[in-house]
Amino acid sequence: MNKPDTTEKCSIPGKDTGCECSKPLKQKRVLTQKFMFTMLYIAAAINCIALLVVVFFIVGNGWQAITWTFLTQPPMESMTKGGTLPCIIGTLCLSLGAAGVAFPIGVSSAIYLNEYARQGKTLRIIRLGINNLAGVPSVVFGLFGLAFFVIKLDMGVSILAGALTLGVMSLPVIIGTTEEALKTVPDSYREASLALGATKLQTIFRVVLPAALPGILTGGILGISRSAGETAPIMFTAAVFFSPNLPSSFFDEVMALPYHIYVLATAGTEIEATRPLQYGTALVLIALVLGMNMLTIIYRAKLRRNN
Amino acid sequence: MKNVISKKFADRFMHVSFFCIAATSIFVLIAISFFLFYEGLPVFKSVSVKDFIFGIYWYPTSDPPDFGIFPLIIGSVAVTALSAAMAVPLGVMTALYLAEIAGKRLREIVKPLVELLAALPSVVIGFFGMVVVAPFLQKTFDVATGLNMFNAALMLTFMSVPTICSISEDAIYSVPVSLKEASLALGATHWETICRVIIPASISGISTAVILGISRAMGETMVILMTAGGAAMIPGSIFDPVRPLPASIAAEMAEAPFRGDHYYALFATGAVLFIFTFMFNLLADYITHKYRQTGEGSL
Repeated sequence: MNKPDTTEKCSIPGKDTGCECSKPLKQKRVLTQKFMFTMLYIAAAINCIALLVVVFFIVGNGWQAITWTFLTQPPMESMTKGGTLPCIIGTLCLSLGAAGVAFPIGVSSAIYLNEYARQGKTLRIIRLGINNLAGVPSVVFGLFGLAFFVIKLDMGVSILAGALTLGVMSLPVIIGTTEEALKTVPDSYREASLALGATKLQTIFRVVLPAALPGILTGGILGISRSAGETAPIMFTAAVFFSPNLPSSFFDEVMALPYHIYVLATAGTEIEATRPLQYGTALVLIALVLGMNMLTIIYRAKLRRNN
Repeated sequence: MKNVISKKFADRFMHVSFFCIAATSIFVLIAISFFLFYEGLPVFKSVSVKDFIFGIYWYPTSDPPDFGIFPLIIGSVAVTALSAAMAVPLGVMTALYLAEIAGKRLREIVKPLVELLAALPSVVIGFFGMVVVAPFLQKTFDVATGLNMFNAALMLTFMSVPTICSISEDAIYSVPVSLKEASLALGATHWETICRVIIPASISGISTAVILGISRAMGETMVILMTAGGAAMIPGSIFDPVRPLPASIAAEMAEAPFRGDHYYALFATGAVLFIFTFMFNLLADYITHKYRQTGEGSL
């Protein structure tokens, strides 16, 4: 009832510990803090647990499926037996192809943004474009790839069309990480190089890029891992249910790990019977993707410690 | 002298070339919208815009076909809203934990784990939802099917939490220490400081994070396709199956006859989805620039 009183007394510095009537209030404040901090702790724990549960579940159910045959043979008997070799090869082709498209463009874009561009409208618009590209739904990339690469440019359902679609999709990732890497190069490097009479171009290629190279490669790896895990963009542009042969050119259609999981889990003739295969394929995929991500995380942590 | 001029020219030339490459992203964005409309607009020869958007029947393969994407829009909005209700508190709270409470050691463990959560391929999360969460939901809540709106929203939550968390964390981190110190010096507890000083000071960054997280959830395809159940109807409860926009596109594109009405309708659906996420992204960009944190002065 005399709450205002209490708060007034408590706000007098040095007196709140001695003031008896403030004790319950203080206790309440401390308790609230304890409660809320526990909640925050739980929230953070939920995320970690979610990740671990998914990973353990896939690993626990999938490791039995991983055999030499599984990794080196094509699927057999209408995909109820055999391995995933064509899928692994397909995913590697697609994601490396995507990186081949996105890496040069992404790195050059980042060089422009960080080294050349001045604050202003143009820069703002380019950034807006990149941010929006990062937010385009993956299935819309698939539609775009179908309409533009597959139909308009007449590439057909092929590795090339899929790699281009995935490349466009991973562009923002590569631009973002490269820019971050360029920002870590101290300006004194650039100034020293320019003061020695080097042109801007020489400075960029001989000084800035070598210094930022590890960070830029990290971005490349992240781009590859992102492309390797995506399904929707390749559904209409590159991936097929089943193909008996390994791809022989860039114009062949391929099988891919993520699409293979989807097909086995939803459209196969014997969904229950192929469960082990599904877990196995999922395990290969997350090993590939999380492996690449772990690499970049460990590497970044090392960089931070060195700084 | 000549050498200097050609050097200058070369530099100028490189400047322009780098600019052109940097503009690729914008060209791609323009190309995406162009092709969505180019392949999508012909559908309006057979249905009116109003019937397409507000029609409540989506039977693209029956004769005559019905192209009403209203149930799909509602499905998308409902799933996204439900997942936002879970992902926003979870993401922001995790960000607060990482930025304010976690010790250095724990931070170095939790942060990479959240990043790895973001890296999980969506098809794997969808698969998990199908084979683990769906039977569990079906048993626990005694519902007709475990592949429903709640399952999809739950799986989406873990796809959007990393986005929300990492952007909010940056915003919280950039709140000037002096503000925090001033609040603590006035006798506020750490929690009171977080709630009354740090959150208000970083609210623009947190809102951006929330909007981008929602936008990501809305556009996510594989998770929705595998876990939402796929019934094109307006849901009555959170345990009803739904068919959001991306799921419909991904599931039907392979069967739609090339350049038939169904094909056009799916592209038009893609255009609607694109407009939704584009709006979200523009809004996020607007908030970031309008209420940019520039230090104590702007608060």
